[in-house]
Order: sequence, then structure tokens, then C-alpha cells
Amino acid sequence: MSADMNPQSPLPAGAAEELTDLQGEKMVLNMGPSHPATHGVLRLVLELDGEIITKATPDIGYLHRGDEKIAENMTYTQFIPYTDRLDYLAPLANNVAYALAVEKLMGIDHDLPPRCQYIRVICCELARLSSHLLGLGSMAMDVGALTVFLFTFTEREKIYNLIEALTGARFTTSYTRIGGVARDLPAGWVEQCRKFLGEVVVNIDETEKLLTRNKIFVDRNRDIGVISREAAIDYGLSGPNLRGSGVEFDLRKAHPYLVYDQLEFEVPAGSVGDCYDRYLVRIEEMRQSVGLLRQCLDKLPGGAGNAAREPVDIPDGKTILPSKYKVLTSMEELIHQFILVTEGVNAPPGEVYFSAENPKGELGFYIHSKGGGTPNRLKIRSPSFCNLSILPFLMPGHMISDTVAIFGSLDFVMGECDR
Amino acid sequence: MSAREFAQQLKARFGDWISEPKEFRAEITVQLSDAERIADICQFAKKELGFDYLVDISSIDNYGTDPRWTVVYHLYGYGHRCHLRVKTDVSEEKSGLPTVTGVWRTADWHEREIYDMMGIRFRGHPDLRRILMWEGYPYFPLRKDFPLAGKPSDVPEVAFTRPAPEEGGPFVTRPGGKDSTAREPRAHELEADDAAARAPAEKI
Repeated sequence: MSADMNPQSPLPAGAAEELTDLQGEKMVLNMGPSHPATHGVLRLVLELDGEIITKATPDIGYLHRGDEKIAENMTYTQFIPYTDRLDYLAPLANNVAYALAVEKLMGIDHDLPPRCQYIRVICCELARLSSHLLGLGSMAMDVGALTVFLFTFTEREKIYNLIEALTGARFTTSYTRIGGVARDLPAGWVEQCRKFLGEVVVNIDETEKLLTRNKIFVDRNRDIGVISREAAIDYGLSGPNLRGSGVEFDLRKAHPYLVYDQLEFEVPAGSVGDCYDRYLVRIEEMRQSVGLLRQCLDKLPGGAGNAAREPVDIPDGKTILPSKYKVLTSMEELIHQFILVTEGVNAPPGEVYFSAENPKGELGFYIHSKGGGTPNRLKIRSPSFCNLSILPFLMPGHMISDTVAIFGSLDFVMGECDR
Repeated sequence: MSAREFAQQLKARFGDWISEPKEFRAEITVQLSDAERIADICQFAKKELGFDYLVDISSIDNYGTDPRWTVVYHLYGYGHRCHLRVKTDVSEEKSGLPTVTGVWRTADWHEREIYDMMGIRFRGHPDLRRILMWEGYPYFPLRKDFPLAGKPSDVPEVAFTRPAPEEGGPFVTRPGGKDSTAREPRAHELEADDAAARAPAEKI
């Protein structure tokens, strides 16, 4: 309201002046780096006109650990544990993407035994389920639906139990090796996994019942944070955020790696590009992941118990550590073990870029090698970094309360963004 | 159309600026000889060749050789689903090249990150600030001559690297000091002729 709008103002002269002073004055609100809705350490400097955001400046880097610098100073295998800490909600998927990138550099990505490839797909899809369950739970919690968080975390707990049985760790899995995986599926794991899949589909249905037609949830998300198809491509968005904007693109379909070309699944895409579309895409992706996991468990070469002793790594002894028995009994294997531990795998000079469809989007590794066991440069193209770069464009015009819905729907993780 | 044909089209349009396409692991790379042309090339690649998605920009420090920097662009087209890598060298004296933020807006943060980590400036960038490190940080940590253990730095009231309470202990890496691999006693046996250089590190 302006001062000359109401000349017969009932307010005393001083108060009227005070009101005019307030006009056009912007307030700066500092959100984060430690805010429950920022899911980590994202700081957002918001410039507000009343409750409307006029400018948003993200400030990232609070979780920067110099992973790319560290990678230049160790062997390829030694870097695997660091990939756990990129997207720490889906460490298994990061392990697989990184191992595939190094294998592409070495030219052995097509030599992986089929059982290893299936196990890796199982890892990727379990990670996707786990990450989306958390993403949905926290997105719903941030807009006020606390129950969903408890629902999805029940299922995540089961995934963690499965991961613990498989890798020996719940969180920092470090499961893949260059040229294979650390160990085969343990006894009874396939049955446990099937049981879990039967339970999680029920849970996904229940979650949908709680949210998809929930008036409050829909009102808080529909037509909020609309990203057009063009803007999504221009800002380099990937994963569910890109598909939510209507781009039917999935690296698993467009450039199939592992055995994704032998499995059947659909790529869901939104139409509007708002928070609600991104939510729907994630829900459908979880169902597709369950389907993929079922197909993998059915088709798993060697079967559940692997009675046929199908290999789970490239058994040439020069990329993956030889078995302890062979090291202790054979001179050649002892030498291989020594070289692998001290110098690492022998990668050729060259450069490759490999990207995988991770839960958050396109996780890519650009490796520039001068030969030997250490990269000369390893660049991590992290999906969360690119997905967050749209915030200054997306936020203006929204209310403060929309930020939590937008954050939840973008589903980023700062470990990966800051590296 | 394949990535190689796109590379040939780039070469047909820009002639000697673009090198012959190189293939490694089914990936096509072209080298651009003059970094000043990068924005034109990218504009052409996006508008005429359909590379609408800039996947990534990264940088390489070729420490000890000239030119020192290589900037690497990864291009992708959703229409034709081809990848193309464009590389260009930048000398250390210049340490700058034109921005491509006018072509793809996603380049904004990628270029800020390269400036932050390597110290290569992008001319015409709308907001070339540090992105991961804090404002006022004096070094470029991804350069090869920056030690893994870091360097002491102080920005009053923002960030500092004062001695930590544990400093001096056997498992603590000091900023600017040797890292844990170099302090490993067994490593010194192998580097017998490096005795003078490692002596100060032993006096922790």
C-alpha cells in the first residue's frame, strides 16, 4: 500500500511515516547451514519482500572434503571407500558407478561375469529404493506428514539389514572392487530379499494412500517449484528431477550399462514439472525398482546358492586380489597381490567419462589417466550439485514455506554436492 | 548421426581450430587450439548440432608443461543421444578463457568450481566467486603444487587453521607438512637418498 492511497489516514503522523519506510525494504533471511529442511549443510540466503522470496543465493561447500584431490593421491581401489561418502544415502550405487568408470578406462567393462553384473544391478536398485524411501519420507515430513517418515524408515531399516548381510556394513558399504564385487551373495540372502520386496510394495501402496490424494500434501506441492522442460535441460538437471519436467530420459535405457538392456522396466515422466510431479516420478521409480529386483533375483546366473560356482569377479588375478589360498601357495599370485596392493591396477593412459543413473541423477566420473594405478585427475560430476544450481532461478516468487517443499522434491544430498 | 560425424561437422565449420577427432573407449574427443573461440564453438554445437545438455566442465593441471591448464567440456544431445568431449588448453600466464554461461546456464556453477579449485578465470561470467571454499581463501587447492595436507591459512573471523589440540601427535597431519604416507617409517627405507628432505618431518 502506498502513502497517498489513503490521505485521510486515521493513524498518527509518525506511524504513517513508519509504514512508508517499510515499503520496498527487503529482509534477508539466512536459512541453514544447519536447518532441518536442508537435509545436510546447505545454506540459503533469502531476500524477502514480506513472505515472498525475491532472491535466493545458495551457499554450498560446508561438506567439502577435497575428494577429487584425495583421489589423485591414491590407487583406484583405495578410492572406493570415498565413493561411499558422496551420496551417502545410496553408497552401493556410487560404488558400482565408480567401479564401472575405472573398468571402462581399463577396457574390461564388457568382461565382467554375468553374475557380477546382476549383483551390481541388485545393488543399484536396492540403493535407489533406499534413497527414494528416505527422500519421500523427509519430503512428506517437511510439509507436515510425519507418519510417512516412520512408514518409509521401517522399510529402509530392512534394506539396511540386507545391505549389512551382503557387505558387512550398513552405511559405508565399499562393496565393489575394480573388476568385480567383494563377495558373493551370502546364503539365504535371495530369500530374504524376496520377502522384503513383498513387504515393500505394500508399504509403497500405503505411502501413496497417505500422500497422493492427501489434500494438504497436494496443496503444498502442486504448481510449486515448476521447472519447465527447457529450464531443466538448460540447468543440467538429471534423474527424477529431469523426468519430473517431462524429459523421458534415463541412462539405464538410453545408454544401458551392466544388464539393464536385458531387463524390463518403464521410465516414468511428469508433465508439469512441479514438486508433485517429482514426487509421483519417485513413487513410480520405486515400483519399477522392485520389478527390476524381482527380475534380477529370478535371472541370477548360478541361482540363489550359486551351486554352479559362477564367478563374481574377473578371475585373471591381475585386476582383483587373488584368493588368500592362492596367494599362500602360488608364487605368481603372490606377485600379483603385491603389485595390486602397492601399485594398484595397471590402467592405460587415456581419458574416459562414465555416468550411471543414480537415485539422485547422473553420477559421472571423468578419469584422466597418465597410466598406472593412480588417476592424474578424477572429476566427479555429481547430480546434486547441478540440481541445486537451479535454486536461484527457481526460488524467486515463492513463499518461504514453499522452500521446504522444493528442497524435499529436489532430493539432494550435500555429501555429493560438496564432494 | 554418430559423435564422430558431429565432430567432423565442427571441424568443417571451424577448420584448423578443431583437431582431428580422437577415439578412446568409444568416446570422441576434439581439441580446440584457441581457447578464445570456446564460446563460439559451444554456441554452434548447441544451436546447429543439437548438443543441448552440458554434462560437465572439468579442468586438468598439466603441472610442469606448457600450456599448464586443460579445460574439458562434456556435451550431450537429448535429441541424438551422442556424447562429445571438447578440450582446450590455456596457458598459465593467461589463466582465462571466455565463459559459456550464455550458452548453457548450468555452466555457471561448473565454471565457479573450476575458478575456485584451479584458479582459471572465465571472462564474462556473471558472478565468478568461490563456491566450495570460503570467500577470501588464498589458494587453489586442486593445483598439483598444492600439498595434499593443505596449507595454513587465516581469514580473520571467517576461517582459520590454528594448531589443533591434537597437533604434534603421531597420527595428525599438519597443514603444509608431510602427509601420512610420507611420514610412514617404512616408506623412508625405499627413499634412501631423500634423507635430508625427510629429516624435519621426523621432529614432530
